Amino acid sequence: MYEKIFAKYEPTKDNLIYILHDIQDEHPQHYLSEDAVQRVSEYLNVPVNHIYGVITFYTMYSTKPRGNNIIRLCESPPCYLKGSDNIYKKLKTVLGVKAGETTADGLFTLEFCACLGVCGNAPVMMINDDVYGNLTEESVVTIIEKIRGGK
Amino acid sequence: MKYYRSHVLIGISDAALQAGVKEFETALRNELAKKNLQDEINILETGPLGFFGKGICLTVYPENIQYTDVKIEDIAELVESHFLKGRPVKRLLFEEALKGQVNFNYANRIVLKNSGIIDPENIEEYIGAGGYEALEKALLKMQPNDVIAEVKKSGLRGRGGAGFPTGLKWSFTAPIDADQKYIVINADEGEPGTFKDRLIMEGDPHILLEGIALAAYAVGATKAIIYIRGEYKLCIERLRKAIAQAVEYGILGDKIFGTEFSLAIDIKVGAGAYVCGEETALIESLEGNRGNPRWKPPFPGVKGVWQKPTVVNNVETIANVPFIIRNGADAFLQHGPAKSSGTKVYTLMGDIARPGLCEVDMGTSLRTIINEFGGGMKKGIKFKAALVGGAAGVFLPDRMLDVNMDFESLKEYAAVLGSGAVLVMNENTDIVDMLWSVLRFFRHESCGKCSPCKLGTALLYDLISKIKKGEGTMADLDQMVMVAEMMQQTSFCALGQSPIMPIKSALDNFRYEFEARLNK
Repeated sequence: MYEKIFAKYEPTKDNLIYILHDIQDEHPQHYLSEDAVQRVSEYLNVPVNHIYGVITFYTMYSTKPRGNNIIRLCESPPCYLKGSDNIYKKLKTVLGVKAGETTADGLFTLEFCACLGVCGNAPVMMINDDVYGNLTEESVVTIIEKIRGGK
Repeated sequence: MKYYRSHVLIGISDAALQAGVKEFETALRNELAKKNLQDEINILETGPLGFFGKGICLTVYPENIQYTDVKIEDIAELVESHFLKGRPVKRLLFEEALKGQVNFNYANRIVLKNSGIIDPENIEEYIGAGGYEALEKALLKMQPNDVIAEVKKSGLRGRGGAGFPTGLKWSFTAPIDADQKYIVINADEGEPGTFKDRLIMEGDPHILLEGIALAAYAVGATKAIIYIRGEYKLCIERLRKAIAQAVEYGILGDKIFGTEFSLAIDIKVGAGAYVCGEETALIESLEGNRGNPRWKPPFPGVKGVWQKPTVVNNVETIANVPFIIRNGADAFLQHGPAKSSGTKVYTLMGDIARPGLCEVDMGTSLRTIINEFGGGMKKGIKFKAALVGGAAGVFLPDRMLDVNMDFESLKEYAAVLGSGAVLVMNENTDIVDMLWSVLRFFRHESCGKCSPCKLGTALLYDLISKIKKGEGTMADLDQMVMVAEMMQQTSFCALGQSPIMPIKSALDNFRYEFEARLNK
């Protein structure tokens, strides 16, 4: 996996963010392992501590294994006004986990995120690359069930 | 060229994609083929049509009919009734538009004039709408300094929040002698409630590319980078396509239009950090670092990406430039007041009848924007406040709705135009809760580089949480203001300098709500 990704980028530091994106996307558990960080460090000749600094700075990266599907619920003011707190409560019940946790079956990780720029349809969440808007306590259940059914 | 009887424009946006617009389009094409109408009815994809929460939306020309919330099940009826027999399907019509209640303001648009009208994935449609004429004019008939002079004369000011004069910014970089200069486009739209740049890039990516080319020619840059947030998948895809098409047509690349001017545009995807909207933090991120802001001076215009002179501009700012060069600064000055010329794109959301976008002249009052373009309050529930400008914005009460929305007028009210986000709240809204949500956002997004912001955002969140729970005291309210003022004076960048604005405006206008929550 690493060779294939490295082949796409010159070994310069400015490619760090993109290489990390690619590795994380490829990993079935959507995270950056110690091994991955070590390999990137060697390829770019950038210290491991710099890479961890970058990973922990940006919200899209994770150093912990995550579920197959990453749910990112927006908690910014426009979604909050439209009841994102209730959506969070519902998601917690349906999934049985809090924000930052992964379900026991490894299917979902629940996270918060800042504004996704789809505020006309607030409240909003993203599951992987798909945006779901105008959420209601009923519709989130349907969405989760559908993904569960389709695995 | 083929002649079609009607053109059906399908609005492709994130919301429409979620409603299954791609499956819908395939089904529509199949149904038209079944009725042998494929050579009479043309289907085009376009950007967002400008109203939200309405599922799949269509516009049919030349009839100029809008359909909203169309489902796959409706296709048979739509094709049979409208496209075969010429009778629009009444139950699917966007009624407000039909009655003329929705003002799309197309005649007055500059930045979004093509959005929702042309197919953003087809460069020929952009060219057909007068696109790239400005670039041709600049490259063949104008010197770089003429371009800067025209932009200066137009009075264009940055649309990212700060409102710095664009021409002036360019004029710092242009005279510098360097082996490489850069244009960096800030498309890391992260201000809560702001999605104008997404709509511009989804609806008309070429207008951004043309603006970039003009800026690059003006300052002598040969490389441009669009720094875009990772969540904007559709924008990234459309921009990539647009760049490839422009290169294919010889509009980007080496020796454009046979001149000595060459330009390569690259897209860089961010990884989620609000602070990267700050130009020096954005540059750090581009170089593969944590997005911590840099000390200024030197300003990016002198030492930016890789220490090379770099002009950083917002998407909306740059999208104004083709109009200015093609039609002249005087045409631009026809819009808005003298010191805040041009138009502004606003994103409207919250307890408003029609969330969405509008582009209006600078100086239009907030009341007009909410009532005329946003359709007024949702369900007629009384207005209470609008949070204008995002998290780094201000809470405005009803009595301030007549303020003209431009840089100068807002300054008088100690308010800012910011990014153009207008979050409307009805009388049932709890302002304490809203301020809590705003301060939670700042706590999360502080980059941690400087102590005032790192500690201050956490302290502000603790204080507002205490007040929200009913445990706060008058001293806590005072401390909140004191801390935010201290942050305004001592923070390294705009992030830490901003919380004072929502805090002060909330307390100035709705103090009674905070006091009612205190533990007396």
